[in-house]
Amino acid sequence: MTILPKALLVVAVLGLAACNNPDRFGAGGAGGAGAGGIGAGGIGTTGLGDPNDPRSIAYFNQAVGDRVLFAVDQSTLSPEARMVLQGQAQWLNSNPDYAIIIEGHADEQGTREYNLALGARRASAVQDFLISQGVSATRMRTVSYGKERPIEVCSTEACYMKNRRAVTVLSTGAGV
Amino acid sequence: MTLIRALSPVLAPVLAVALGLMSGVLAPAVAQERGPLRITITDGVIEPLPFAAPSFVAENGAAAEYAANITRVVAADLAGTGLFREIPAEAHIARVTSFDAPVSFPDWQAINAQALIVGAVSASGDQIVVKFRLFDVFSGQQMGEGLQFAGTPGTWRRMAHKVADAVYSRITGEGPYFDSRVVFVSESGPKNQRVKRLAVMDYDGANVAYLTDGASIVLAPRFSPTGNQILFTSYESGFPRIYLMDLGSLQVQALAQTEGNMTFAPRFAPDGRTVVFSLERGGNTDIYALDIGSGQIRQLTNAPSIETAPSFSPDGSQIVFESDRSGTQQLYVMPASGGEGTRISSGPGRYGTPVWSPQGDYIAFTKQNAGRFHIGVMRTDGGEERLLTASFLDEGPTWAPNGRVVMFTRESAGAEGQAALFSVDISGRNLRQIPTEGPASDPAWSPLLP
Repeated sequence: MTILPKALLVVAVLGLAACNNPDRFGAGGAGGAGAGGIGAGGIGTTGLGDPNDPRSIAYFNQAVGDRVLFAVDQSTLSPEARMVLQGQAQWLNSNPDYAIIIEGHADEQGTREYNLALGARRASAVQDFLISQGVSATRMRTVSYGKERPIEVCSTEACYMKNRRAVTVLSTGAGV
Repeated sequence: MTLIRALSPVLAPVLAVALGLMSGVLAPAVAQERGPLRITITDGVIEPLPFAAPSFVAENGAAAEYAANITRVVAADLAGTGLFREIPAEAHIARVTSFDAPVSFPDWQAINAQALIVGAVSASGDQIVVKFRLFDVFSGQQMGEGLQFAGTPGTWRRMAHKVADAVYSRITGEGPYFDSRVVFVSESGPKNQRVKRLAVMDYDGANVAYLTDGASIVLAPRFSPTGNQILFTSYESGFPRIYLMDLGSLQVQALAQTEGNMTFAPRFAPDGRTVVFSLERGGNTDIYALDIGSGQIRQLTNAPSIETAPSFSPDGSQIVFESDRSGTQQLYVMPASGGEGTRISSGPGRYGTPVWSPQGDYIAFTKQNAGRFHIGVMRTDGGEERLLTASFLDEGPTWAPNGRVVMFTRESAGAEGQAALFSVDISGRNLRQIPTEGPASDPAWSPLLP
């Protein structure tokens, strides 16, 4: 694979470190029309690092695998998901400095409120599994995005299956 | 803006009107006969009631533009219900040049106008005054008293809505709803990175004002019973949390601060002091009540399933909500103090986002069945379920203040899919898209404005 210049890999992961803000699409006042603008709140920046460095976030995301997928309406972990999560736990236990936010997501086939609750179930299922594998609960938080942040945008099962996910997002912070 | 005075003695309404919505029969049609104005019910297609709204008389030069614009808004409100049809000015025989001149009923009968609205506007300095009278053309009688409204020029659209509300109520027997607002989420950007801003507008899409800047995801705003505050969910802290905004000052206050848990789906109780909402702990979502004044939180449901989308009955005694305790989302009603609840939904498919009608007679909901989404209504015991819409994705109904129309979000499919606001009346007729500047979702209708 082509190794990108390191500068390009230092992607700003908005709000993950300084304020543990997993809303990577902006931070700022909940209200206050016109106040601040995008990114007015605290923004943490974490370098993803070199994917060839087995201690980097890039390595975790790509080689270990940062996400697991779910069946429709379900939050139970499949055997494949458990394997990925065992790998995550192993890596997280040997890289204890990273703070962890687990994002739960749903596909668009559902009402907004239900999908928020479903995303929380999925994130929680992953958190519980990682705890069972020895990852410290104090390093982890969960957040649900419901159907607000699909990664794939088509309206067929090919996309839906990738959107029903829980993503383990790392940052170099002082814990959560 | 104030209602100054009635313009003439009250006349007993002479119109025999029986609109389907008020009698519970759901396929109203208007049968037009000679004699008194009459709306009767058949199973057939509705024939909207023809009315004439000749341009309101401008009583001085400064009022000319207001008079023309107000007339157009009144006519648009009425025609927009699908229950009325305007007879265009080109077809009018009579000309109304003075508010107090006698009405030439034969001229209006000749073009089959059943109702006639005569109005006048005067403007001076910081005030405009709008007055109107409603006539039953075929009986040759005034219907109800004339009314006069006064306000600043900036409120001219509201005065037009007040005129239309009075006409609508007198002819249908239903409560008014045109003088109301809608708070919603304005959307922009690609589907995988939507920017969402809270916004408020008149019920018909006019006078849009933005309330947040789009920096954080915001969801599902809800009006307070007085209409001057909204509840909403925001990711401002990085995690979904419920907030209260004062619409006058735009001041925002975080509610139910509980570390590490998501709060969402807030809605006011009719008392305006209690908020019901969902709180997630360890992956499990239940319904709680918050007393805004004291900050005290009370748990209302306690189950390992998802309990969310609570909505109070208008008398405050009961809460309808959704739960997947049976395996799929279904609707339940519990006392306001909490409890197990009684399931009310029984058809095929899944039911969510229940909302109690402000009249107390129906519950509107989102239904998913066989790969389609529907907006529907049912009686509060689950009876008489009726689906009003069907599409790829319809969700989140909100009631007009009179409980006879619902507005909801309709989203189209695919990568280019976008959300828009639609309304439909509770007989399933008159589906309309609300004009918005861009994509929009999560509407919530205000109470009738004072």
